[in-house]
Amino acid sequence: MQDFSDAFGLAFSLIIGGDPDLIEIIGLSLRVSITAVVISALVGFPLGALTAVVRFPGRQTIAVILNASMGLPPVVVGLLVYMALSRAGPFGWMNLLYTPAAMIIAQSILVTPIIAALSRQVVEDMHHEYDEQFRSFCIPTHRVIGALIWDSRYSLLTVALAGFGRAIAEVGAVIIVGGNIDHLTRVMTTAIALETSKGNLALALALGFILLILALSVNAAVYGLRASARRLSYA
Amino acid sequence: MRLLVKNTLVAAALTILGSGQAWSTDTSIIVQSTTSTANSGLYDHLLPMFTRETDITVNVVAVGTGQALKNARNCDGDVLLVHARSAEEKFVAEGYGVERHDVMYNDFVFVGPPTDAAAIASGMSALDALARIAGSQSKFASRGDNSGTHKKEMSLWKETAIDPTRGSGKWYLETGSGMGATLNAAVGSGAYTMTDRATWISFRNKQDFEIQVEGDDALFNQYGIIMVNPEKCDQVKREAAQRFVDWIVSDTGQAAIAAYQLNGQQLFFPNAR
Repeated sequence: MQDFSDAFGLAFSLIIGGDPDLIEIIGLSLRVSITAVVISALVGFPLGALTAVVRFPGRQTIAVILNASMGLPPVVVGLLVYMALSRAGPFGWMNLLYTPAAMIIAQSILVTPIIAALSRQVVEDMHHEYDEQFRSFCIPTHRVIGALIWDSRYSLLTVALAGFGRAIAEVGAVIIVGGNIDHLTRVMTTAIALETSKGNLALALALGFILLILALSVNAAVYGLRASARRLSYA
Repeated sequence: MRLLVKNTLVAAALTILGSGQAWSTDTSIIVQSTTSTANSGLYDHLLPMFTRETDITVNVVAVGTGQALKNARNCDGDVLLVHARSAEEKFVAEGYGVERHDVMYNDFVFVGPPTDAAAIASGMSALDALARIAGSQSKFASRGDNSGTHKKEMSLWKETAIDPTRGSGKWYLETGSGMGATLNAAVGSGAYTMTDRATWISFRNKQDFEIQVEGDDALFNQYGIIMVNPEKCDQVKREAAQRFVDWIVSDTGQAAIAAYQLNGQQLFFPNAR
């Protein structure tokens, strides 16, 4: 396959050349997916911790539903968000369809269950260790949750990265609610889908390489941050 | 930490609101479009000229004609540029569109592998070619997605009185995808397929595939433009949408369409009025 070697060369020259269109697409990909992960973390961490710590009827059911929702198909989420945000839909008046905001909403819906389910597990394990101490000091629930989230922050960072991986890699939801509009809602994955459909396989694969590099850089950055934070806290 | 969380929350909210606001104040319209006009680069050629003249940004959502019509019925667009005449006329008759104008035409072609198992590459008509493909049970990749190209293909099958869907999954492969994806599937599996000429010329993964049937009057492919009806959809940007439609069918727009070439070939032939 000639295309493989072409793709490597093309990816390299695209990165070196700093093509403004490509930079715009990368920027939007990061903006959409990182915002979605931040929103999902703000909802998912407390939600996960709450279901881990508080005993209430139906807790097991919620845990199962959260776990199952990790596998929400992006195309279904995209369709639901499209129907909600369409001008004919209930939130049509907000004029959000075919905007980055719509893509952020769709990805948040995809990522929140992942972050909630994984952080529930992390916090529950942590809770087993400290449960007796918390009880003996009669610490109120909200402070228990706060303490557990803070203590498992490094594991939760990995949880957030799992969510980011899902967001940056999905195409099914963003292509429906964003519409893959040039200079407005085109991100890496929709650009790859477009180039594939144009038969530009080498360019599509080159964009794929760049997407991998992007994901790698974000993960490396977070890993570095985490390592230096640890050093500081033990210093 | 609490402050950090609060700041992030505010930042996230601003990001969402900010992008929403930028959207509503700009003079921009959404065109629900067939894929061939977008994938062939026609819009990259036309839209900068229009935007320079009018300061109106045109955002193109390129989907199949079927989905474009459906999205426009949901009011998710200001203008429709598609290629399925009877479906377009129905759209206008039902009050979703204001008026339909012819814009331009090109034609459909059959492409296939050079081995040509059904022996269709000898200047035969489209109907004969389909009958031969079905008769020899040679693989044929169909869009299967209710797009303009798919509607056209089905109308041709109807004239042959053959129901290809009885061979679905065996020799008749319904990809349910766009033209490009279907061409990739055809090339990958050595199947015949029908494509509009513009997409074929601009397609970059042809490998050894060739045009085998062309020039039949039955393969005529007419594109039309329609403004979505502001009476049905009050968010339609009436003025900007009307200017775009007027410009496309104007002498300037038509000349710009005629001037667009790829690999030395004209892709679309203007025929408004």
